[in-house]
Amino acid sequence: MSIQSVAIVRKSSTTTPPPQARGAVEPVGKLIDVTKCIGCKACTAACFEWNDLREEIGNGVGNYDESVVDLSDQMWSVMRFAEIDTPDGRVEWLMRKDSCLHCADPGCIKACPSPGAIVQYANGIVDFNQANCIGCGYCVAGCPFNIPRISKKDNKAYKCTMCSDRLQVGLEPVCVKTCPSGAITFGTKKEMVAKAEKRVHALQERGFQNAALYDPKGVGGTHVMYVLGHGDQPELYNGLPKDPSISPWVGLWRGVTKPLLSIGLGLGVLTMFFHYVTRGPQDEDAADHADHAHEGEAK
Amino acid sequence: MTNHWNDIKHADLVLIMGGNAAAAHPCGFKYVTEAMEARKAKLVVVDPRFTQSAAVADFYAPIRPGTDIAFLGGVINWMIANDKIHWDYVKAYTNAAYVLREDFEFKDGLFSGYDADKRQYDRATWKYELGKDGFAVLDETLEHPRCVWQMMKKHYARYTPEMVQKICGTPKASFLKVAELIGGTANASKVMTIMYALGWTQHSHGSQNIRTMAIIQLLAGNIGRPGGGVNALRGHTNVQGATDMCPFGADLPGYIKAPFEANPTLASYIEKNTPKALRPNSVNYKSNTSKWIVSLLKAWYGDAATKDNDFAYDWLPKTAGAWDSVAIFERMSQGKMTGMISQGYNPLFFLPNVKKSAAALAKLKFLVVIDPMKTETSEFWRGHGDVYKMDPAQVQTEVFRLPASLFAEDDGTFTNSGRVITWHYAGQQPPGEGKNDREILGILYSRLRELYRAEGGKFPEPILNLTWGYANSTYPTAEELLQEINGKAVTDLVDPKDPKTVLVKAGTRLTGFGQLRDDGSTACGNWIYSGVFPPSGNLSQRTDPSDPSGMGNTLNWGFAWPANRRVLYNRANLDPKTGKPWDPSRPLVSWNGKAWVGNDVVDYPGNVGPEAGGPFIMTEEGVARLFSPDMPDGPLPEHYEPFETPVGTNLLHDKVVSNPSARLYAKDKELFGKPDEYPYAATTYRLPEHYHAWTKNARANAILAPRQYVEVGEDLAKEKGFRNGDKVRVSSPRGHIECVVSVTKRFKALDCDGKKVHTVGIPIHWGFMGVAKPGFMINLLTPVVADAVSQTPEYKAFLVNVEKV
Repeated sequence: MSIQSVAIVRKSSTTTPPPQARGAVEPVGKLIDVTKCIGCKACTAACFEWNDLREEIGNGVGNYDESVVDLSDQMWSVMRFAEIDTPDGRVEWLMRKDSCLHCADPGCIKACPSPGAIVQYANGIVDFNQANCIGCGYCVAGCPFNIPRISKKDNKAYKCTMCSDRLQVGLEPVCVKTCPSGAITFGTKKEMVAKAEKRVHALQERGFQNAALYDPKGVGGTHVMYVLGHGDQPELYNGLPKDPSISPWVGLWRGVTKPLLSIGLGLGVLTMFFHYVTRGPQDEDAADHADHAHEGEAK
Repeated sequence: MTNHWNDIKHADLVLIMGGNAAAAHPCGFKYVTEAMEARKAKLVVVDPRFTQSAAVADFYAPIRPGTDIAFLGGVINWMIANDKIHWDYVKAYTNAAYVLREDFEFKDGLFSGYDADKRQYDRATWKYELGKDGFAVLDETLEHPRCVWQMMKKHYARYTPEMVQKICGTPKASFLKVAELIGGTANASKVMTIMYALGWTQHSHGSQNIRTMAIIQLLAGNIGRPGGGVNALRGHTNVQGATDMCPFGADLPGYIKAPFEANPTLASYIEKNTPKALRPNSVNYKSNTSKWIVSLLKAWYGDAATKDNDFAYDWLPKTAGAWDSVAIFERMSQGKMTGMISQGYNPLFFLPNVKKSAAALAKLKFLVVIDPMKTETSEFWRGHGDVYKMDPAQVQTEVFRLPASLFAEDDGTFTNSGRVITWHYAGQQPPGEGKNDREILGILYSRLRELYRAEGGKFPEPILNLTWGYANSTYPTAEELLQEINGKAVTDLVDPKDPKTVLVKAGTRLTGFGQLRDDGSTACGNWIYSGVFPPSGNLSQRTDPSDPSGMGNTLNWGFAWPANRRVLYNRANLDPKTGKPWDPSRPLVSWNGKAWVGNDVVDYPGNVGPEAGGPFIMTEEGVARLFSPDMPDGPLPEHYEPFETPVGTNLLHDKVVSNPSARLYAKDKELFGKPDEYPYAATTYRLPEHYHAWTKNARANAILAPRQYVEVGEDLAKEKGFRNGDKVRVSSPRGHIECVVSVTKRFKALDCDGKKVHTVGIPIHWGFMGVAKPGFMINLLTPVVADAVSQTPEYKAFLVNVEKV
């Protein structure tokens, strides 16, 4: 984020007005057409290759659930699979790339108490700045899509950046570049909406009467959108929320904390407080003891 | 592929059967997506499991593993019964009208000429009736009771939709839906493509699976047409290239037959392998065999190959019996082999019955493994826990591991599924002591030659006389090899009509196989590749994507064998009555009165117009074969059960259950399981996250698919009390594996004539080497029995039991 050259239009927990001098930027859109997705996970691999991330090699059961890989500080994009029985006795195997949807009205920014830890650029991308993150986890609570993850390594929140670094030099997000079936495409939001409408029409002709674009209004629309074959039942796609909205608690919480911040309560105290609230008392001693005991055995 | 990847976008119907293109060929699958979007093509998947391809298909039909011929035979019967035949195509371009000999017959599951002791057919009766002129007799009315059409019609009349349901377990309605969709392309305006892979080849009747589909594509008139063809999806970047260069003992480069003991002289070899034309106007391109073999010998033995010594034909090994990998390991297990060089191959992992392979390797004196990875084969002596036991102290085999380079560390060519040869450049040097395969073989050969020179030894000629004119004899370059493969004029090639005119000067590289001669004046390492490296340069390096016709043939991208032709048999794209393409919106080549023009290289030699012989120039007839006398296990595909069948019988003929001429050894036969002990059908497959046994060495792939598992349907899980993630033991008479079970809706029990058949799905990727979680090689389970034609083992249909542990 420190190399960003796109104007920041929104910033968490700050009253500093956003810059306004530069010309308007066309909002971007990424369109994920799940009806063309073949679940190959190339987008997942490309994501961690580009972003220098490596999850541990796990103990998955099969290849299609969160026991294999879930979102984490190392996994900013995963594939979610769902097998459903249709009313006429067939099976459908639904696949959905799951990562940050980059809401136009992001719950994470609203919830974040740390100034500048979450920003929104003029092109619509919502980005986390880990240098300012206090690890409180409120973005997790604020997100209706269950996307951000707090790292166990540094206690900071991580998620998809929409490859904001690539975008700045005129490249598309790496998942788009990689997708072999053409299920993920990228352009301006306007172009992607137009493309989606065409595709939805074609799907309806093909027999998916309820095909629809997923661009939920409850979060002001999103800059990552889905074309769904079953647009009337997004929850079939491994729990994609039907009418996502930002929890009213997020607004309430901001009402309480904003005055506190404005009277200049020390950030450190706040951090500790929030940490205690969200994660409970940390038993570091116990962890240390366990390590020492282990070392003792080794000796 | 008869066609090529880009061409799939022209299909109106895409059938994926015997493969899972979406998962195993995701990059090529985008042309399916394109056909679906741009042409509104329909995608149909027939498979034992609901695959990734099925997930995006318009229609899916389940099938019991190993019963594809019953299904496709049913389609043939349905097409004939419902008159869904592209008649103009069938009459002009197939052997439907050819009359068969009187003594040919098919009875109770056997064709005439069967020898039960040898498990082989004598094919003498599988022939056309010949007229006095020596040519095949035809009945253009198709009414002669012994014409191919009538014989075929009778043969498949048994394959009713009801029979398909009983054998395959495919619900009748689903079968009929697929048959109707296929039948809808049996005309001039619609075209179907079929994409298949190892789901068809890895059976004891694998080649016949593909033959059955070829018959359907001929009945529908879909071969030689854009968006059509019979398309094998090759599973490695360059496995097509490997096949072209001869990985089998039965072939020489370019699919010319290897010499057998029965052909002791070059003349007898040429006599045996040069077919005679069966129609007066047939091109019969294989009549050029003598040019291909002599030019090959000249490429290998240069000046030492002369007319007087039969062009060094004596130096070629004359095989007796089979020398494919299954046969090699059988010999090895009988203690008949001393050593083995295993280059880019992990046979312990990939051959059926790991315990047999391990015991066989333990009988060698030496084993050289040339591979970029530490393979299971190179550590076969370790054993793997209780699953297969080895005592390293007892294994006397000396193993040499020579680290090789990976493809990205090497210059050379890839030949893709569409026969397009493209160049690749080394991205970096191999790490550590790794050497390029060419260098390893260069050093090995140079040292061997020195030993023969110094010490003589038995039969040194083939080694001492081998052409080895590379600038650096211990490190031939990829360009040098491709030039040798392309071929050159050894002496001046003069015009036969005017000996004073020199057509090609001595030493000049050839522009194509049309220039080859059988008098020793040309040398060519692989006739079908000739033209890839003409004097103008290395055409595999071309990267011009321009496509003036918009048909996607991109003739200046790489070089497609043969002759840069992108769609094989492309003359069959023309209606013989009009000489115009069947579908004017999908043209390839046409005759303008003087020459062939269009967006592809015509599949026809010389400047002969469409009035000449048929478009299938590699057959003696000039037409395509509905009835094929050349298949060693039957001229018409017949349904045979897998050797381990969950239903125990063949509903068409209970005395002949499985392919009577499949490759089978006595000891392996003893290890077949019966459904009472091993009740479940099993099938094996790849996952999109992994590439064979390689990528378990790569962390990124291991993250995405970390741990071994098998898949079972919900109904089997319920019967057995399995929950998702339970640890299970999967066993067969060959051995067992242990892993977790994944319970899925994607496998369903099938009702096969009243018998409930469950299928267990077994992904192939795990072993005891690499960074992914260790797992058990799944070939601990698979049976050793192989296809009669390709000798490919039956990995795709066998029996197992599954129990919770």
